[in-house]
Amino acid sequence: MPIMKRRDFLKNTTLASGAFLVPSFLKPFEAMAMSNLTGYKNLVIIQLSGGNDGLNTIIPFGNDIYYQKRKTIAVYQPNIIKLNDMQGLNPNLSALKEIYDQGWMGIINSVGYPNPDRSHFRSMDIWQTGSDANQFLTTGWIGRYLDSNCSDCKNPYTAIEVDDTLSLALKGAKMKGIAVQDPNKLYQATRDPFFKDLVHDHCDANLIEDNLGYLYKTMIETYSSADYIQRISKTYTVNAEYPLTGLGNQLKTVSKFINSGLQTRVYYVSLSGFDTHVGQQNQQGRQLKIFGDAVAAFIRDLKQSGKLDDTLVMTFSEFGRRVEQNASNGTDHGTANNILIFGGKLKKAGVYNAAPDLSQLENGDLKYQIDFRDVYATLLDKWLNINNSAVLNKNFIGLDFI
Amino acid sequence: MNNSRHIKHLYARAGFGIRFEDLQDHENWSIKKAVRKLFKASEKQEPINVLTENIDLRNFPDKTDEEKKLIQEERNKQNKTLNNAWTKQLNETDAQLRQKMTLFWHNHFSCNIGNAWYEQQLNNIERDNALGNFKTLLIQVSQSPAMLQFLNNQQNQKGHPNENFARELMELFTLGRGYYTEQDIKESARSFTGWAFNNKTGNFVFRPRVHDEGIKTFMGKASNFFGEDIIDSIVANKQTAVFISTKLYKYLVNDVPDASHINLMADVFYRSNYEIKPLLEFIFTADWFYEDKNIGNLVKSPVELLIGLNRQFYINYQNPDVLLQFQRTLGQVLFRPPNVAGWPGGKNWIDSSSLMYRMKIPSILLNAGVIDFTGKANPEDEAYLAAVRKQQLNVIKRVQAQPDWEKFLLGIPKDISKEQIAAFMLEPGINKTITKEINRTLDMKASIIQIVSTPEYQLC
Repeated sequence: MPIMKRRDFLKNTTLASGAFLVPSFLKPFEAMAMSNLTGYKNLVIIQLSGGNDGLNTIIPFGNDIYYQKRKTIAVYQPNIIKLNDMQGLNPNLSALKEIYDQGWMGIINSVGYPNPDRSHFRSMDIWQTGSDANQFLTTGWIGRYLDSNCSDCKNPYTAIEVDDTLSLALKGAKMKGIAVQDPNKLYQATRDPFFKDLVHDHCDANLIEDNLGYLYKTMIETYSSADYIQRISKTYTVNAEYPLTGLGNQLKTVSKFINSGLQTRVYYVSLSGFDTHVGQQNQQGRQLKIFGDAVAAFIRDLKQSGKLDDTLVMTFSEFGRRVEQNASNGTDHGTANNILIFGGKLKKAGVYNAAPDLSQLENGDLKYQIDFRDVYATLLDKWLNINNSAVLNKNFIGLDFI
Repeated sequence: MNNSRHIKHLYARAGFGIRFEDLQDHENWSIKKAVRKLFKASEKQEPINVLTENIDLRNFPDKTDEEKKLIQEERNKQNKTLNNAWTKQLNETDAQLRQKMTLFWHNHFSCNIGNAWYEQQLNNIERDNALGNFKTLLIQVSQSPAMLQFLNNQQNQKGHPNENFARELMELFTLGRGYYTEQDIKESARSFTGWAFNNKTGNFVFRPRVHDEGIKTFMGKASNFFGEDIIDSIVANKQTAVFISTKLYKYLVNDVPDASHINLMADVFYRSNYEIKPLLEFIFTADWFYEDKNIGNLVKSPVELLIGLNRQFYINYQNPDVLLQFQRTLGQVLFRPPNVAGWPGGKNWIDSSSLMYRMKIPSILLNAGVIDFTGKANPEDEAYLAAVRKQQLNVIKRVQAQPDWEKFLLGIPKDISKEQIAAFMLEPGINKTITKEINRTLDMKASIIQIVSTPEYQLC
């Protein structure tokens, strides 16, 4: 079959359905994929929803104020897994100890933004869009990366969210990522005979730049992306053991995608349940265990398959929590928080910067030391190879962890 | 000109679409008459009063962890009850135009707080004034506990003003960016000091003791302005009429603004002292409203899509939580806009997943299908999830929705072709594939499900 340009493909209405199942315009990309497989860098973003309490995740046990402010929910030695003289891991993150010791984990303390918002909605919005606190953007930062039209981001599957629905973070103005919980299910859903015929027979009139054209374009892209993702990903079977949790399954799917050689640069997954106003220790403990066990399995798996050097993982939450606990053995919404980084090629592994300053608070909350967009800028500049100002709308200096 | 098509377009935009039998009845009406009838049907006020308790007003100082969890569950239940009540009303009411405009104001005065009682109150303000006077609406919204809380005016006090309300009032509610200065925000924030609500009664109060009585300079004038003076001054600026007209044009006419049409709208709006009804009448009777390029080109919001289907097929939900689940999956949960700027709308509704779901939902609803998707928890659901130790909200697999096919099919004339049915149900018109597909399908119901499972059906 001759190689066709994308434009020709879209115009061609006489393709036989058999041929259509393997969209020919994808062929050149695949050829490129095989030759470029090494050095193809992936970014995996893990969103912890609800506002994870960073102070009970990476515990500043060396600071007395921590124990003064958290009479009933503080974690004590020797349960803490010490990382240095000041900070240590929550015992529920014990699976990450080995990862940390290998130099595959970094901790960036006190990340936030000016004029922090304590609403889940708004602060998540700010983190996902990369906006200022008083700015309302309708596109996400990964979405704008897709919009930048860089050579690696021409397709919806450049950014995949392993979920049923697509987060704002992955929505650009022109381009959007794709949500895939299960590649087979997505494939089957798009192969409904009626949809297939609509895709096959669409006429040129539908491809003009109005809303109807946009709907058909999205449908056609979904159709071919579903095929591409299913076809490539099924060539690899994940043999590593993953915990049987939602996040474990999601990261196992990401591993399948990465190892099968999908031309995807960004993966996005999330874990809920961190809004711990009441009875925090048990609730957060459960969630941290789910998180730590799944991430440790993922990192070990990638190490085994030789992909760890090409993978960078970033975890974030919409805010941290107040330094002082509340009266219900929980914590209320706060501000700055830590970001965890994982990868085989960290330039600076371990604790990146000073532990949070618990003595200089602002209305009882941590003051941020690092703007979260400096973390994004680092990923954009040094990992996704795009000038961060093209995505963040102004230039951020960035950090030095990769 | 095809009058029937125009009537259909009018109902698609001023409401949630028209039923076959209604179109047959109305197709010879003049546009003027149809508009008059739409307003007539929307005369009645239908406040929602399903919530009877304001949980925030409960007085119990020392709550145990277990009690707090129970309260969290009660809050969650109130949120659901309120959402269900509005969707039920949207499904059943004859006051389509009032509801359509209530949805507009719901998004314009976007508000998202953790108190369903105050949300119910704000929603009723928006519905009561949906077709009334914009300035009245603006003042009532600004003085509602929901908005006072959402935009932090409770904390706006003499000596340490909080500018949040003043900023959003001008940026998002009235003038739009570029028509005020940072100084205007600072000074007007001082004027709104003292606007608050009583934590014991939940009613608006003006607190003279925390009001800044000093001289403020706003839009070039200096005086000891009160909040009402600032609102007077803002609506006296015609830019407010232009701003609202632009937003309304995108909502009702075309998401690409046409400055000449918008200026005409703003003239009407401004001249009538911000009466909403004459503005709507002007739009719906304008020739340009019926131009081809303004027909069948707006992306339905998830709520418009769902309500349109429910109304068209008389769908009865045994478990209304399904509708909430669909809202979550499609990205528009009523009372849960993403931020104070509201849902961005238009193409933003559409991505790979949401489009696939939009095209699957009709067969789930109309053909007793099973849901195989969940959607995400809203960030505000997180506290509830944490309290009940769950990671996901319950997912309803069996929709238990009952369309009234008999009633729907009765409304369709016997001698009509499937193409004519498709042309009726799809605002942008039909293409060859759709015609081919529905004619190939032998079963009438199956053809109709196909018609509403197309990209075309996503538009109105």
